[in-house]
Amino acid sequence: MTAGRGNLFEEQERNRRRSFWLVTLFIMFFGWVGFGGDLAFYFLTRDAGPGAYRHLIPFIGIVATLVAGGIAWFAWEKGADRVLWATGAWEVIEPATPEQKQYVNVVEEMAIAAGQPRPRIWIVPDPDPNAFATGRDPLQASIAVTEGLLARLNREELQGVVAHEMAHIANWDTRLMTLLAAMLGAIALMSDGLGRMMRGGVRVGGGSSRGGDKGKGNPLGLLLLVLWVFTLLIAPLVSRLLAMAVSRKREFLADASGSQFTRNPLALASALEKLEKETAPTRTITLGAAHLCIVDPAERKVSERGGIVGDVFASHPPMRERVARLRGMAYQSSVVSRQ
Amino acid sequence: MTIAFLVLVAVVVLWVVGAYNGLIALKNQTANAWKQIDVQLKRRHDLIPNLVNAVKGQMDFEKSTLEAVISARAKAVGATGVAATARAEGELSQALGKLFALAENYPDLKSSANVLQLQEELSSTENKIGFARQLYNDVATQYNTRQAQFPTNLVAGLTKATPSELWEITDAVERQVPTVDLSLNRPAS
Repeated sequence: MTAGRGNLFEEQERNRRRSFWLVTLFIMFFGWVGFGGDLAFYFLTRDAGPGAYRHLIPFIGIVATLVAGGIAWFAWEKGADRVLWATGAWEVIEPATPEQKQYVNVVEEMAIAAGQPRPRIWIVPDPDPNAFATGRDPLQASIAVTEGLLARLNREELQGVVAHEMAHIANWDTRLMTLLAAMLGAIALMSDGLGRMMRGGVRVGGGSSRGGDKGKGNPLGLLLLVLWVFTLLIAPLVSRLLAMAVSRKREFLADASGSQFTRNPLALASALEKLEKETAPTRTITLGAAHLCIVDPAERKVSERGGIVGDVFASHPPMRERVARLRGMAYQSSVVSRQ
Repeated sequence: MTIAFLVLVAVVVLWVVGAYNGLIALKNQTANAWKQIDVQLKRRHDLIPNLVNAVKGQMDFEKSTLEAVISARAKAVGATGVAATARAEGELSQALGKLFALAENYPDLKSSANVLQLQEELSSTENKIGFARQLYNDVATQYNTRQAQFPTNLVAGLTKATPSELWEITDAVERQVPTVDLSLNRPAS
């Protein structure tokens, strides 16, 4: 178990680095989208006749980089709050029912087991069972579960789920995932908006005076333009695939370290099986926050397929595999303790 | 030549500083983990009188059980040191377990909201003690391993590091292999 805690700090460090690179890549991507566009327009308008428009000031790039910095800052400062707000969660301050009291107790127990400060505790008014964690670091973390989850799971299963979320917090997965969620949204929005602008721009540009200059063509400018449009088109897909790939790895890890907190992997396995049976999607949790959740809030079809499709497109690993791994852990620990 | 020597000295000094700070950090973590246990123990000691009061009326003739809980609590409050605390708290856990087992025979108690709430509080506190103990043992083991391993053990003297005592299960009852119910269909307790 000492190895487990040693790993925890390594994981935190690795996630801190991942978060840094994520933000850097994100800003660089926006920079490319901005300055690349500027460069393409510069080449395209360089040979224009006197009096015609020349694209000399890279204002698209400046604006895009500023916007990206703003989004990254906003995600850092407010990302967690936005996620909670979007799900309509309310904070449990004075637990009113025995059920809520038990939930608060379980979270406190797991915070102690993880050696972390007690996170803020939230309930999402949704009948479908699900849970997620968010926050920049363990000092400002939040755990949220749905009403459906509280109603369906017994104490041990709830403990397993909360331990999984606590592991995300202790590993600093929450920082990485919350940043990822915000940036995914921003890229989708930008690509959508720019795509629409371009379609409009081409229609207007076709009739304008620069048609003749373009005919000769500036190969470098055209090549840049093609590359630029191509990145815009594939950016949402690539960023989503990246997020999903990262997320699936983190889920396995959180299952494992959560079980280290409870020393009871079977309870989480049984909870996951219960959650899996619920086929209804969690409506209040939107796509952007999907990879924060313990089970995929979308209809659980893709992640069950496994194989290549499930590998690439699901935010969560196939449930069967998660359950099988947890059962394996339980078996191993029972063998060890018997020796 | 002198430069190589200076670099070597710098590397050694940096390593000593790093090892020293690492040991101090672990020492403080161990102390902090122990404090966590302490907080929960105190909470348990505070909850017990409430529980005893709540069940006293109904369980008047189980006086010996109640008194066992009260005296075990008094002993636990007075205990100092890891081993003594562990033993006293173990006895208190046993006395409480017996009380809860007996309470099952009293339908009025089982359905009383007050008692149920106290029971959830106490069992959660028991869990917290268990998890705090787990954390303490993990961190203390890490600290003990670090200060004994070469070459960190050369620096350990500087930090006045001494092996921390682990919280071990002392009594035979707790050590018995528990019966495990794998169905997991138990109602939420």
